[in-house]
Amino acid sequence: MHAANESSALFFPQTGIAASARRVRALIRRHAYLLLKSWPRMVSMAYYPTVTMVLWAFLTVYLKPTTNFLKDAPGFFIGAVLLWDVLFRGQLGVSLTFIEEMYSRNLGNLFVSPLRLGEFIAGQLTMSILRTLIGVGGACFFAWLLFRYSIFSLGFPLLAFFALLLAFGWGIGLAVSAMILRWGLGAEELAWAAIFLVAPVSGVYYPIAVLPSWLQSVAWALPSAHVFEGMRSVLLAGAFPWEHFRAAVALDVVYLALGIGTFRLAVRHARVHGKLLHMGE
Amino acid sequence: MLAAAAIVVNDLRKRYDKVDAVNGISFAVRAGTTTALLGGNGAGKTTTLSMLLSVLTPTAGSISVLGCDMLQHPYRVLPRMNFTSPYVDLPKRLTVGENLRVFADLYGLRAPLQRIGELAREFDLSGVLARPYGTLSAGQRTRVSLAKALLNRPEVLLLDEPTASLDPDIGDRMRTYLETYQRESRCTMLLASHNMGEVERMCDDVIMLREGLVVDQGSPQELIQRYGRETMEEVFLDVARGVGDEADGDIPPREFAA
Repeated sequence: MHAANESSALFFPQTGIAASARRVRALIRRHAYLLLKSWPRMVSMAYYPTVTMVLWAFLTVYLKPTTNFLKDAPGFFIGAVLLWDVLFRGQLGVSLTFIEEMYSRNLGNLFVSPLRLGEFIAGQLTMSILRTLIGVGGACFFAWLLFRYSIFSLGFPLLAFFALLLAFGWGIGLAVSAMILRWGLGAEELAWAAIFLVAPVSGVYYPIAVLPSWLQSVAWALPSAHVFEGMRSVLLAGAFPWEHFRAAVALDVVYLALGIGTFRLAVRHARVHGKLLHMGE
Repeated sequence: MLAAAAIVVNDLRKRYDKVDAVNGISFAVRAGTTTALLGGNGAGKTTTLSMLLSVLTPTAGSISVLGCDMLQHPYRVLPRMNFTSPYVDLPKRLTVGENLRVFADLYGLRAPLQRIGELAREFDLSGVLARPYGTLSAGQRTRVSLAKALLNRPEVLLLDEPTASLDPDIGDRMRTYLETYQRESRCTMLLASHNMGEVERMCDDVIMLREGLVVDQGSPQELIQRYGRETMEEVFLDVARGVGDEADGDIPPREFAA
């Protein structure tokens, strides 16, 4: 057996923050290997956000001469579609990272390694940030290149909106991962479709006030509604919406906790029903 | 002198809905030995290995590995264990070297490239380190899985059909490597296999399972003698088919309690 000194010569310590960070880095390395060697994969991540952005940008060009609203906030639709994609890519980043492990039938190897569940989740969230930056970053670049619109003109609030939407996306992404673990790859479609359930009530392109009153109550229970309402406040009034910001932070905490809790429950269920070794393509 | 037990399983049970996959088994695996878990399909081998690895939660019972309660504190001992199984795979689009590097990092190796190089030489993988795992033959994949299982120099190694898809030559080399590794590291190996020649050659002890129960246990030679047979293959067939179950003769399949 390993003598203690022999073990410390061969292995880094297995406990503590540094050990956790090393294991999360290993997961990121695993997905980075996959992403960086495939330019089609990289392009496809930026493709959809860019094409959507271009559509809304031309709509803006078309409507701007006749619409006072767009004269006051010409970058409104482009900003909205880019921020929407932060939410969408944030969620997809978590769900697709998980699906990738299931397709690879690699969950068994990961879950018998020293990797803790919290580290596995941290790896998924980090990959979500990277995928979002690649996907939305590409669209932002083309928005500037083609339409001279810079999302960074939003200033500091952009960072807040980005973080708030990303965290909401993580909550949904983890819940979707939980459902895929629970019901298998047959539920994979949820990864692509789930986010669109919240789109109509997030007020991405229109104010929440246009919704029926009962639906407004639903909308205000979502962080995304507060973020997009806040974005309109910044663009049209030039004021940072602290009230919406605080509400979105509180709601993000709830949704993220629900996402993590649901995923933990799904892993526990998978351990009870023997799915970790047997799930896959 | 009896070696201390590296694995102690006590009254372990696993029930899926109305099926008892493992029905109250108890056994101990001596440290530094190789033990086979034998039984037909559905006997409970993979279920038992899965519970030992903490990827499957038992319905009841206890598991101790290297003195740690596996059900309460799996992460205290998982860094000192590893496994291979035909039920898992590695990411196919990553190269062999990339896959091994990821797992070397997960297990906290200080010199991952050196260890990967050693294992690549041992398992004749140097030529495929840069190839995507998904392009390898079944035999090459099995060797990569074994290399992955030995990255962290495990003290307890669980092997589910470790040489199932290897040709006789490579299979023999793998067995030789595992025997050498076991001898030099004093690793404890628990092996589920349908290859009775492998079991006779490699294993100090055999645990026979049938329908989720331990029905017999002993060294391969003891079992061959006890069943009045010449090979483990014949013993396996006797146990799998329940020969002697109703007889009042000398072959008493019985529940074994460690």
